[in-house]
Amino acid sequence: MGDFILLAISAILVNNILLIQYLGNCPFLGTSKKMDTAVGMAMAVVFVLALAGIVTWIFEAVFLKPLGLEYIRTIVFIVVIAALVQFVEIFLKKNIPALYAGLGIFLPLITTNCAVMGVCLINIKEEYNFLEMLVSSIAYPAGFGLALILFAGLRERIIIGRVPGPLQDVSIALVTAGFMSLSFLGFKGMI
Amino acid sequence: MLEALLLMMGLGGVAGTLLGIASKVFYVWEDPRIALVTDCLAGANCGGCGYTGCGACAAAMVAGEAPPSACIVGGATSAEMAAAVLGLEAGAAEPLTSQNTCTGGFRAPEKFTYMGVNDCRAAYLLYTGAKECGVGCLGFGSCVRACQFDALKMGPEGVPVVDVEKCTGCGACEKACPKGIMQVRKPSDRILHMNLVTDRLAPCRQTCPAEIDIPKYIHHIRNKEYDKAYLTIMERNPMPLSIGRVCPHPCEDACRRALGDDPISINQLKRFCSDWVFDENAQIKIPVAPDTGYSVAIVGGGPSGLAAAYFLRRLGHQVKIFEWMPKLAGMIRYGIPEYRLPKASLDRDIKRILDLGGIEVKTGVKFGVDFDLESLVGGGFDAVLFSIGAWKHASARIPDEDKVKGVVPATIYLRAQTEPGVGDPYPMGKNVAVIGGGNVAMDCLRSSIRRGAENVYCLYRREVKDMPANKVEIEACQHEGIEFIPLCTPTKFITDDEGNLTGIEYLKNELGEPDASGRRKPVAIKGSETVLPIDTFVLAIGQATDSAFAEQEGTAVSRLETFKGSIVVNPDTHQTAVPYVFSSGDSAGPPGLLVAAIGGARRAARGIHKYLMGEDMAMSEIRLRVDSRRMKGHISGTIFDSIEGIEKKGRIGQPELEPGSYERQHTYAEVDLTITEEDALREANRCMRCCLTCYNRDTGMASRA
Repeated sequence: MGDFILLAISAILVNNILLIQYLGNCPFLGTSKKMDTAVGMAMAVVFVLALAGIVTWIFEAVFLKPLGLEYIRTIVFIVVIAALVQFVEIFLKKNIPALYAGLGIFLPLITTNCAVMGVCLINIKEEYNFLEMLVSSIAYPAGFGLALILFAGLRERIIIGRVPGPLQDVSIALVTAGFMSLSFLGFKGMI
Repeated sequence: MLEALLLMMGLGGVAGTLLGIASKVFYVWEDPRIALVTDCLAGANCGGCGYTGCGACAAAMVAGEAPPSACIVGGATSAEMAAAVLGLEAGAAEPLTSQNTCTGGFRAPEKFTYMGVNDCRAAYLLYTGAKECGVGCLGFGSCVRACQFDALKMGPEGVPVVDVEKCTGCGACEKACPKGIMQVRKPSDRILHMNLVTDRLAPCRQTCPAEIDIPKYIHHIRNKEYDKAYLTIMERNPMPLSIGRVCPHPCEDACRRALGDDPISINQLKRFCSDWVFDENAQIKIPVAPDTGYSVAIVGGGPSGLAAAYFLRRLGHQVKIFEWMPKLAGMIRYGIPEYRLPKASLDRDIKRILDLGGIEVKTGVKFGVDFDLESLVGGGFDAVLFSIGAWKHASARIPDEDKVKGVVPATIYLRAQTEPGVGDPYPMGKNVAVIGGGNVAMDCLRSSIRRGAENVYCLYRREVKDMPANKVEIEACQHEGIEFIPLCTPTKFITDDEGNLTGIEYLKNELGEPDASGRRKPVAIKGSETVLPIDTFVLAIGQATDSAFAEQEGTAVSRLETFKGSIVVNPDTHQTAVPYVFSSGDSAGPPGLLVAAIGGARRAARGIHKYLMGEDMAMSEIRLRVDSRRMKGHISGTIFDSIEGIEKKGRIGQPELEPGSYERQHTYAEVDLTITEEDALREANRCMRCCLTCYNRDTGMASRA
């Protein structure tokens, strides 16, 4: 049990996918202007990653490893995740319209997001077993969500502040992201 | 290798099949129009519309949540296609275009020499830039670089020039400009905009009661772009043919050129380009905003009512005009004689307004008799505008003035001869006296000459120089042989046994102490009685609104407040004490200039629009309020005492019918004529294209182009 908690803390804080591993910066900057959007995006990433982690892990165990095809892992994962997300979108639209309304618009945006892809590849590289993979696939996107929501909060404050003209919008956002990244480096010695 | 290939093919096949099946099994019915509308959009998935991608935007359009014009990149073309799919009005889209509002450029003086980065935002950080003018263009072209559509270029004058054909209205230039000079607006936004003290306005444009962009349209005339000049005028003034003929042009009194030369003949230029558009039958497309679903009733189809109808229609409302006379245009049709404003020109203006579509007209119905406020509200109108003019004449306080045969109010006197068959045909006398010194009095005088009166007199209690009428009108009267009798007070009518007028007895006046208006008060001299033999006496000493209907107890309209006949309104919004009732033109205050009625109509249209759309109706606190009569309230520093670099060139004269000619004295042929193209270009070239402080000099123009 202790291992799982350690794994979760490591995934959420110490090895934060956004601020330490620098993956998924595109939605990080794109969807962090408003808190509502950021929360929706965070939920969508958790949902998609949990599914994608499971499916790619099974794919690795059933096809790639036994057949010795690890070298086309990246391409296979892209196709698998893309097809999966498309399928989920169609499924949700019909059967769970409420969830579709909440997440639906973000799903196509993160079809093969690098954070999603990155976590799937980490799961394989670290040779996690199924349960560890499950924890990792939920904890990493949770870390993504944490960073995104914190960042959106900061940006909502910044927008009403007096920012010099040339620094406005994305420039000041990148500066802020840099400071956040520095502060997350402080978690390094925790584990 | 083979396994890899097989696996990828198998994976692709399985994924494709699975998704194919899923799309059938989990099929959700979607409006087929969404796909059709998606095809009309730009397909860039840019999110500029505020929706996540083109599909979501199309879905919103089909659901009626977004207007067909929501796609910014697609512009008017995609909006028209989408509107066609959705079965909406094809012309529903309003073009969103960028406009440069500064004309300073190289001619604008600088405070210091800036040697930093070639970027407006960087230059702005240093004491808001080097230009002396606080709101002027810095000229480094940040907007040009921000434009992704190649629609902006740095012009030869040092200010950006917009290529309207390429502009998509994306707004990038507006964001890039640190001084708010680039403005991306819809035509309806511009209609709703009132002059602000922070705007870049030439003195003439500040003074014009209708806030017309005068330097811009004269600039178009200079470039022979007469249709663009006309469109510029039409943004503020829907009746340029009429106003171009009768306006006393207060703008020309503020013309900066007058400090070293004659002022520009602004009104003649307006008349020239408007006449040109109709004479050449130029194709003019006036954009109209998408329908709002609201409808407005306008009581009174005079100039103010027509102009309000035009502005409201352009803002997207349905309008119905109720007019009590047989034809539209009110006092300018039935009060201004043919020789000053030919009915043909007036009808062209009216046709242009009605050609917008969506304006219904009902003539020959009178408020309070054929319909009332309750029936309008019951008829589904969301707001009502009263623009009923001022048709009640003021009394001269001479005993028996309503009994003596031969005494007639100016409104009736003019109406009978401007429109045969309307009103009582008034028998014409040989000796006519008109009391009053305003433009209406001049109209009565000059019409009398044309109707065959032998002796025509103008009675006025002060001196001729005190008359409020236009100077040109007074001169025209003198040219046509009208005798002025200033400094007199009529006291008694002299009649024959049957009550017919045979003469008027008056006292001579002398001027006493100045009164509240600053003019010296006329005082009658006792014992100076003089008799003038006349058979017709016209009262032209002012008019008031007939608002007797507001006195009826128990009706909704009785809640309106009136003051000296006019309906009391908020001067900014033109709203009355009844929230959905508005009033503009002469019925909303003391009778004034035609051009002021047009300006008031736009304010009223704005008030009604804001009221209907549930927006804040209050005007901005920094709204520019200029008193064009007293020439007060201009933006500080824009009215100069002297001017440099101007040569005296002289203005073009007013071409007119030969004084004393048969046409001039005996027909209603138009007296003042339109200037020639050559004269118009010469006059337009004299315009200095002023802004707040910048202006073009005749000599020593710094040219760095």
